[in-house]
Amino acid sequence: MNILLLFVIIPLVMLLALWGCRNLTQVRATMVTGSTALLALSAYLTVEFISLRNGGNSEAMLYCDSWSWYEPLNICLSIGVDGISVAMLLLSSIIVFTGTFASWRLKPMTKEFFLWYTLLSLGVYGFFISTDLFTMFMFYETALIPMYLLIGVWGSGRKEYSAMKLTLMLMGGSAFLLMGILGIYFGSGATTMNIHEIAALNCIPTATQYIFFPMTFIGFGVLGALFPFHTWSPDGHACAPTSVSMLHAGVLMKLGGYGCFRIAMYLLPQAAEDLAWIFIILTTVSVVYGALSAISQTDLKYINAYSSVSHCGLVLFAILMMTKSACTGAILQMLSHGLMTALFFALIGMIYGRTHTRDIRQMRGLMKIMPFLAVGYVIAGLANLGLPGFSGFVAEMTIFVGAFEVNDIFHRTVTIIACTSIVITAVYILRVVGRILYGEPENEEHMKLTDATWDERFTVICLVICVIAIGVAPMWISNLINSGVGDVLVNINR
Amino acid sequence: MEQSIYILALPLLSFITLALIGKKLPHKVAGIIGTLSLLATTVLAYVTTASYFLAGRNADGIFAEAMPYNLTWLPINETLSIDLGILISPISAMMLVVITTISLMVHIYSLGYMKGERGFQRYYAFLSLFTFSMLGLVVATNIFQMYIFWELVGVSSYLLIGFYYTKPAAIAASKKAFIVTRFADLFFLIGILIYGYYMETFSFTPGETALAAAGTVLPTALMLMFIGGAGKSAMFPLHIWLPDAMEGPTPVSALIHAATMVVAGVFLTARMFPLFIEFAPGVLHTIAYIGAFTALYAAIVACVQTDIKRVLAFSTISQIAFMMVALGVCTGSDPHEGGLGYMASMFHLFTHAIFKGLLFLGAGAIIHAVHSNEKSHMGGLRKYMPVTHITFLIACLAIAGIPPFSGFFSKDEILAACYAFSKPMGLFMSGIAAMTAFYMFRLYYLIFWGKSHYEEQLALYRSGNIAHEPHKPHEAPMTMTVPLVILAAATCVAGFIPFGEFISSNGHAYAIHLDTKVATTSILLAVTAIVIATIMYIKPGRRITRVVKVVLREPIRAAYHRFYMDEAWLFVTKKIIFNCISRPIAWFDRHVIDASLDLTAKGTQWLGALIRPLQSGNVQTYCVYLLSGALMILLLLLYLN
Repeated sequence: MNILLLFVIIPLVMLLALWGCRNLTQVRATMVTGSTALLALSAYLTVEFISLRNGGNSEAMLYCDSWSWYEPLNICLSIGVDGISVAMLLLSSIIVFTGTFASWRLKPMTKEFFLWYTLLSLGVYGFFISTDLFTMFMFYETALIPMYLLIGVWGSGRKEYSAMKLTLMLMGGSAFLLMGILGIYFGSGATTMNIHEIAALNCIPTATQYIFFPMTFIGFGVLGALFPFHTWSPDGHACAPTSVSMLHAGVLMKLGGYGCFRIAMYLLPQAAEDLAWIFIILTTVSVVYGALSAISQTDLKYINAYSSVSHCGLVLFAILMMTKSACTGAILQMLSHGLMTALFFALIGMIYGRTHTRDIRQMRGLMKIMPFLAVGYVIAGLANLGLPGFSGFVAEMTIFVGAFEVNDIFHRTVTIIACTSIVITAVYILRVVGRILYGEPENEEHMKLTDATWDERFTVICLVICVIAIGVAPMWISNLINSGVGDVLVNINR
Repeated sequence: MEQSIYILALPLLSFITLALIGKKLPHKVAGIIGTLSLLATTVLAYVTTASYFLAGRNADGIFAEAMPYNLTWLPINETLSIDLGILISPISAMMLVVITTISLMVHIYSLGYMKGERGFQRYYAFLSLFTFSMLGLVVATNIFQMYIFWELVGVSSYLLIGFYYTKPAAIAASKKAFIVTRFADLFFLIGILIYGYYMETFSFTPGETALAAAGTVLPTALMLMFIGGAGKSAMFPLHIWLPDAMEGPTPVSALIHAATMVVAGVFLTARMFPLFIEFAPGVLHTIAYIGAFTALYAAIVACVQTDIKRVLAFSTISQIAFMMVALGVCTGSDPHEGGLGYMASMFHLFTHAIFKGLLFLGAGAIIHAVHSNEKSHMGGLRKYMPVTHITFLIACLAIAGIPPFSGFFSKDEILAACYAFSKPMGLFMSGIAAMTAFYMFRLYYLIFWGKSHYEEQLALYRSGNIAHEPHKPHEAPMTMTVPLVILAAATCVAGFIPFGEFISSNGHAYAIHLDTKVATTSILLAVTAIVIATIMYIKPGRRITRVVKVVLREPIRAAYHRFYMDEAWLFVTKKIIFNCISRPIAWFDRHVIDASLDLTAKGTQWLGALIRPLQSGNVQTYCVYLLSGALMILLLLLYLN
């Protein structure tokens, strides 16, 4: 059996097991077992993949398989992974695993929460292993729908409004995406849905590409928080429960970047080349605009949502530079942003769970009250502002050096503009750290609060270790990604 | 040379240990772990430096750079990769000695100074982190490694300035220091990007072909890198963070904000010196002018400050500017023909680190004794703190440029280099050197002479005017006085080191010789300045002092407020960036972009509401619709036929 199928089978088994669970202990046991299995599986896959590559296997995709689903439309369940998807699978597993611990004490309806949570992760895993346009789209939708319920039911604040807004905007994106996919399918002669076969055919007329590239790119771009389609992000994150925010910012937003790269750029290379400038401008705006908006926010989650807009903007920005190093940097940034933001949202959730406010004006001196969480927050902040030794630095530097390889005045200018985000990021991170963590506690109520529980500590420590691991020893992961990026770019630069 | 890896490994290890389990350790154990690991590091650094210089010169008559370690950390593309390693060159060997020595002194001193402080272990952990980063910076094998450690020293500085994290001033200062230097680092980064792309390497020695093809690109890149260096080294107008950084514990100010981190910009310029001198002499001279202006500005401000640490901070800015000027006035790479400034700059860096470290540690002992930074709480302390008094006086004489103390020798070389560059520059810098002597002795007299604040308070207490008996100032404990004495001894002898034998602009040995004309002038100027300071400040309330205060009231006020540079920056950041850019963008996002989406949603709802009455559920209405529809189709058919 193909090892990749396990990424779909394990969540399915988890769903069935959860359905049968009678009490909280069983639910927790199922989730821990399942997510640990997934984590072990993706770690195993990573090691195997690297050793295969080192063994000289240089095929574009490994572990390929295909089963026909619906002959008339050439829909297959085709699977396969390259360096990029392996990295993404690893990221997803880490976030799903830590997210489980972050929602350890979630109430009410714990069982139902985890049912939807597992379904969401099923969609994410399915998306990353598929190589068939239709199957990818199907898994993509599978990942989006549970989000509505997870926010709408278990969220806080204006949760119905936010859930509705988020779902509608993403569905709007999906509509574009569906058209894009159909355009690609019929444009390439309606013979196959497999992305590698379509790429090999390379026969979509340029005029068709001009229509469907923007559609596909925007379709995925909505999920990747592309300006001006990013406004679901602040509201959505603000109202989502902790682990959903983690999964959403950590993994789901990566589907956008991944799709833009794997589908829009890979399959419509001509249009990508010619129309890139429009999207480069939009993503540059995202990077700076997101960071500047974050400076004047007062809600912790809004700050991080805008920060995500900025960082995910950098992902799309780097992809559009179309150099190997910039694209490697983009995937590294996806990984790094996924881990850092998950860490941030986890910490914010934990702080919110104690203080019952996310308003930075109402908190002060948390370092004295909850030192563990506060130190975690400082570490997350330093990682976020791109300090060497954390993953963000590696990703940003790879992107900037890669983007600088494009030798013309337009690309140079936007790169320098994007670079300014490293200063703006420092401003909004240190503002929050200085405001809420330092100083003397002012609120009497806050003095009674306790520090992190064991499950919370576990979540934070796991994520911090991952962020530092990439930051200190980036070579292996960079090489892993580099191999996959090369194969995709060959098609673009053809 | 293989042992050099432990110079980096030991402080890192001690940081990791203290960061992870420090909280559970008693204060004493944590302090001893930090100090011992640093002692070992210092020994290793001395051994490395000694063996490097003892190995002798190569066939070309220079000390060849040694690179015992260099490994690829992150490959970026076919030509560029980020390497990490250790490169020992004359200047990095010198820096190793400076950093480990001052750091060791600070470690020992802090055992006394920080005794009983909350977060003692954290303090030592951060000190170790800083030492690790600073050492990594000076042994960098390439510009990118330098940038990596550059950022790390920045964050260690941030953490240490904000050590007293409950104090609002410390929080603000740490934030300011990080953001201002980060802003400068942006230019540094862009400079590195340009450099890497056109030189096809991040190493300090690009290939010949790349250099030949560089044109105006290389000067641009070097200028941008210098801006990064100007941020760390507090050159005008990026100096604003340094005076505020004095909110950190005083030993930290001695280590980071006087002796080591703030000279990183000078070190960077010296590191890139061969490229500067050959391809960008214009940029180098610009640096000289920026440095000269900064030196003047900081010296004026230092003359009127009342917080003793601020006086020292501005004096640091002024002295670093001297080093920058020395580099900037170089016109050739031969020390005999225009390259003297390079050696002078490094020499001054070396001596300054020692006597400025001493001044700060002395200031720490004083603050420790009187529990205040303000000069009004001091005065007459020479009776109570003899050791501190003598060592502080030695440092003051050194910085004022009085022989035989170290500062005289290095400053003299700088002035000689300035005179060689141009007469006005030489005169200008001599004048600033005289100002240095003046403000340092003003500080000295205000602290150690004059009326004792303690005695005044005691008199008031005895006469029943104040309720509490004032604290009697006391000499600092041994852990604090021993480093003072060691550094004072070093200040006395450092000037006699034949520095040019080890470091010079082209690597060849250079015999330092005093230029009698320059030396006489500067000694005369310094003595005059000291005499003036003595007349004005040896006793409080001298008539001349009052007259000066009245005559120069407005300039003094402006200088006291540092010529409103902080206000100018605050105006740009707060009023323009925060209020005029960030706020409107946030508003725009909510009220235009998001609102337009909400509007679309509202529009859809409105449309839905519009046609909803059609589905009323009333059968009769449906019948009417059905019949009228049928009728219309019928009429249409009839009409078409």
